[in-house]
Amino acid sequence: MKIQQLSLFVENKPGHVAAPVELLARERVDIRALYLADTQNFGIVRMIVSDAQKAAALLVANGYAVKATEVLAVEVPDHPGGLAAVLRALDGSGVNIEYMYAFPCMLGSQAILIFRFDNPDAAIQQLQAKGINVLAGDELLK
Amino acid sequence: MKTKPNLETSANDCHPASMPDYTPLDELRNLQLQRLQAVVLRSWENVDLFRARLDERGLVPDDIRSLNDIAKLPFTVKSDLRDTYPFGLFASPMKDVVRLHASSGTTGKPIVVAYTQQDIDVWTSVVVRCLAGCGLHRGDIIQVAYGYGLFTGGLGAHYGAEALGATVVPTSGGNADRQIMLMKDFGVTAICCTPTYFLHLIDRAAELGIDFKALPLRAGVFGAEPWTESMRRHIEQKSSIEAFDIYGLSEIIGPGVGCECRRHQGLHIFEDLFYPEIIDPETGAPLPDGCEGELVLTTLSKQAMPMIRYRTRDITSLLTGRCHCGRTMRRIGRIGRRSDDMLIIRGVNVFPSQVETALLQIEGTLPNYQIVLTREQGLDQMEVQVEVTPHMFNDKIGALQGLQSRIQAALDHVLGIRVHVALVEANTIARSEGKAKRVIDRRTS
Repeated sequence: MKIQQLSLFVENKPGHVAAPVELLARERVDIRALYLADTQNFGIVRMIVSDAQKAAALLVANGYAVKATEVLAVEVPDHPGGLAAVLRALDGSGVNIEYMYAFPCMLGSQAILIFRFDNPDAAIQQLQAKGINVLAGDELLK
Repeated sequence: MKTKPNLETSANDCHPASMPDYTPLDELRNLQLQRLQAVVLRSWENVDLFRARLDERGLVPDDIRSLNDIAKLPFTVKSDLRDTYPFGLFASPMKDVVRLHASSGTTGKPIVVAYTQQDIDVWTSVVVRCLAGCGLHRGDIIQVAYGYGLFTGGLGAHYGAEALGATVVPTSGGNADRQIMLMKDFGVTAICCTPTYFLHLIDRAAELGIDFKALPLRAGVFGAEPWTESMRRHIEQKSSIEAFDIYGLSEIIGPGVGCECRRHQGLHIFEDLFYPEIIDPETGAPLPDGCEGELVLTTLSKQAMPMIRYRTRDITSLLTGRCHCGRTMRRIGRIGRRSDDMLIIRGVNVFPSQVETALLQIEGTLPNYQIVLTREQGLDQMEVQVEVTPHMFNDKIGALQGLQSRIQAALDHVLGIRVHVALVEANTIARSEGKAKRVIDRRTS
């Protein structure tokens, strides 16, 4: 259920996101999802890629500070109230969202939410109990 | 320290007791005077600038009758080397010069230094004395990760380590992954490099999943840039090696002017060859032993390029009292700063070493930093850029901002002024020959 997400540190300056992305492109690593968290002078690029191990090795070899973290991908109907239903499912579980990002599926009427929870195992249990579809890693990478 | 094979008692090819380090003091002072008189005569006969300066003072070599008379002699400063570029201070004809080295020269022309064969032999002998003082000997495998080339670090350490009888691995600088691989595969027991570069190696090894503590490496001989006691503690704790401070400068000979012994109570200066004085950097007046001031060195045996009263700009003091190791050679305190690296920010004196100390107070932070000075609306601004190493990196913005504010608080506390902290990508701070460039001054006056 848990998916490897790669995070890397970048300075908030022109070209600093492009460089690692170019690097992955050259080595034919596909970026399935990407989110850029920014502050005034630095940012964190978070991404889910086709081959996390290869990408991490590549980035580390090129001097990037990289961390692999476990996130969950949750499928929700892409209509009003879709996200609200997922969050409601977590009510009372004590599970906290550290951050999240969402992207729509191009085909079909589903959207994918990527969550980093403080306690992913508890989150999986809670979401599945409420009938919410937590995607397996390979489903997202298809 | 970890329990690693201690070869010290098993091989005595280069036993320290056979070295001049233990010369009785009266004998040492006699030797110094004879050599001082000889080097003054040599410079007077061969170096126009020196003779002209003695003439101005109405001095001749015979006026040097005691060691105290050294204070009559004029200083030599770095700009003298630039002004006489390239060969103006040579005291030997080029046919006797077997080697030239040159500084990296950040501004304009480099400074050039020259060696006769005897100078090279002396240089080799002092590096041997340094390494022996660090407890190294035949049987050790020493990786020399200083840059080889015009910089004196690489070749200086190399010749000394080889003459010691150790196995030398001349990796030179750069390519951390290969350095670490060879260190591990060859069973390297000691390394010579800058402390900054060693920190980088520790960090990189952790990323590669290699535990420095599990390697046979037991000693590091670090120099070519000032570093602090907190940095030593950090290095020793992360790698469980014994870290030694070695001192030297190309103008005098290169690495090997002085080095710590295993007592780590200051650096023994090989004063049978390099005569140390401490002066007031403002007035030039000699200061007594124990007082802090600028270190001034005179080469007592150099042939190709003698240096008389060379102002090093390094701030330290001469420590009195005999070291428990038995060496008679006087020691200098660790050099944490140079008289020319003091920054004045909005009227407050700041030394780069204070930034290092502040960073090392924070758990998980490495002193990989650079200071950038700018002036905005007439006011000095100081930004401290800190590299985010993989070890420090956290995927949560809040955690990184927390780190940033902890760094901010530590710097405010240590420096007493408000500075701006910026987190920057790893390996972006300029380094030359493994030495980090600590200060970039963009203030235009």
